[in-house]
Amino acid sequence: MRLLIVEDDLEAAAYMVKGLKESGYVADHVADGREALYRVAAESYDAVIVDRMLPSVDGLTIVRTMRTAGNHAPVLILSALGDVDDRVKGLRAGGDDYLVKPYAFAELLARLEALLRRGRADPPDTTLKVADLEMDLVARTVKRAGKPIELKPKEFALLEYLMRHAGHVVTRTMLLENVWDYSFDPQTNVIDVHISRLRQKIDKGHDKPLLATIRGAGYSLRDSN
Amino acid sequence: MIPTKLLRSSTLRLSIIHMAAFGLSVLVLLWFIYTSTAGFMERQTDETINAEIQGLAEQYSQLGLTGLIRVIKSRVAKDKAGSSVYLLTDWKFNPLAGNLPEWPKFKDTGSGWFDATLEDTENFEPRRVRMRYFLLPGNFHLVVGRDVSQRLKMDRLIMDALIWGLGLTLVLGGVGGLLTSRWMLKRIDVINKASREIMAGDLTRRIPSRGAGDEFDRLAGNLNAMLDQITKLMDGVKQVSNNIAHDLRGPLNRIRAGLEISLAKSRTPEEYQAVLEATVTEIDNLLMTFNALLTIAQAESGARRQDFTDIDLASLAADAAELYDPLAEEKGLALHLSLAPGVTVAGNRHLLSQALANLLDNAVKYTPSGGSVSLMVSSAPGGPELTVADTGPGVPAEHRELVLERFARLESSRNTPGSGLGLSLVAAVAGLHRATLTLSDNAPGLRVTVAFPRAGK
Repeated sequence: MRLLIVEDDLEAAAYMVKGLKESGYVADHVADGREALYRVAAESYDAVIVDRMLPSVDGLTIVRTMRTAGNHAPVLILSALGDVDDRVKGLRAGGDDYLVKPYAFAELLARLEALLRRGRADPPDTTLKVADLEMDLVARTVKRAGKPIELKPKEFALLEYLMRHAGHVVTRTMLLENVWDYSFDPQTNVIDVHISRLRQKIDKGHDKPLLATIRGAGYSLRDSN
Repeated sequence: MIPTKLLRSSTLRLSIIHMAAFGLSVLVLLWFIYTSTAGFMERQTDETINAEIQGLAEQYSQLGLTGLIRVIKSRVAKDKAGSSVYLLTDWKFNPLAGNLPEWPKFKDTGSGWFDATLEDTENFEPRRVRMRYFLLPGNFHLVVGRDVSQRLKMDRLIMDALIWGLGLTLVLGGVGGLLTSRWMLKRIDVINKASREIMAGDLTRRIPSRGAGDEFDRLAGNLNAMLDQITKLMDGVKQVSNNIAHDLRGPLNRIRAGLEISLAKSRTPEEYQAVLEATVTEIDNLLMTFNALLTIAQAESGARRQDFTDIDLASLAADAAELYDPLAEEKGLALHLSLAPGVTVAGNRHLLSQALANLLDNAVKYTPSGGSVSLMVSSAPGGPELTVADTGPGVPAEHRELVLERFARLESSRNTPGSGLGLSLVAAVAGLHRATLTLSDNAPGLRVTVAFPRAGK
């Protein structure tokens, strides 16, 4: 997987490149907006991470130019402007996800992986399956090892999101944004309580736990074999 | 020398304009007085002459030439003061009767009226005379006149008085304008001087007031009130930055101490990892504090009002309750909902959700097990209301203002986790929505009410 990082803060970019390399990615870095436009036109990247504020050409212009040129590589926009409107502007310009600085590296990694999977475009599913856990999206039912599990609507939405990202780390902020449509972090970690309730329902009485907590990052639903 | 500042003052300019207008009206008035006094006397002289000529002409037609001569002679004799002038001549201008030695030289303008200066042999002063010439039947020439020297003197006196009057008006007006301008300038200078000192940094300085209650005092009063408000706001900002510095020093010290101790001697990778994880947690908390501060600043700037949308309070509350329900249940609290449907406010969903989440967070955090938290949406007479009530320890009445301030935390809650920014954010969001935030006693517990203005207000 080859990534392009467009970031004028050299120190932040160095950390990012190091972290991404350790996670198995090949990451190129450019600090200038114009340089970034040449790179995305000349080379093929699997995803682009763009800072909004850049010298010469700003982040949103880069995304817009890419989209106009027919380049549909997933784009993650980074911004210091922590504002909902900015988020909407960023997504409207053609960005696929928006992350506000300062962010945890685990958050960046989880979102990046989600973007790369989305790029692969799975056919629309009517059922989701992780190990012996099955979800029917049409009938809105969930079964584990053939036994039906009763879920409240929000629990269903939460499990659906986890199952769609099965095997990958999902952060608390991602859950708040995608399941609750909240773009702020509550003072107390309310998400943890929701997860533990869901865990009670799907993992209790089964030998193999599916819903794992990833320390310092979030959660992951995975077949732990 | 008049200082240039005074010359440039708008008061002086105003008083000059005023003086010009006033001078003009005085001029018109004086002209009127002049024509109605001097003009009246002139007309009266002419009428007397006319009457006399008419009288003499009648005498001539009735008594003939000798009769006329007799009448003229008796009139001359009666006029001891010599204020009247008569002369009757034959067709060759030889005097027949009268008190003029010879026929006066004059230019006939056709009207018969003329003015002449007669050399007076008795007095050294020449006499100014107004006369009328008349041709009697039989080619006898008659002039009748009046000495107008007195009247002309009077004329000059009146004219002099008028010129003096006008001059005095202009001088008094000018001096008055100058004095008024100087007085105004002096009072404005006091204000300017105080303003400059305040600008130079002496924020405790105030503009002096003379206590007369005039417009300058009112201006000074308003400026002072503005300065008080600015000082109050600046004190608030100072207080906030002090609080920020104070509250951030704690976690930073902890981080530093933790890292320092772990560096003091070599440790196992597990020990290092534990320290790093603790550091990350501390830093995350610091970042959350900063985010909260930024959100508060954003809400307080009021710049977000233009993108307000209609928000259904019941669904907003239901979503938030759904998020906190498991947490409440875990703590052994009952979460009661009473949500009136169809209650909408114009607002920012993101900020309102965050404010409500903060209120629920606090309620769940401070209410002991076995208690309850109630979330209510209602349509009160004053407008939509959102209420969060709990059965926790509550906030004493004297501290209800204090807890809305940034970083304010009551002694009793020092050991509970939290940034002390939760209610500040609620207050800022309420302010953004022009809603009033009220903290009251839920007996027992705390009741927080956000009362929105009625739609369309």
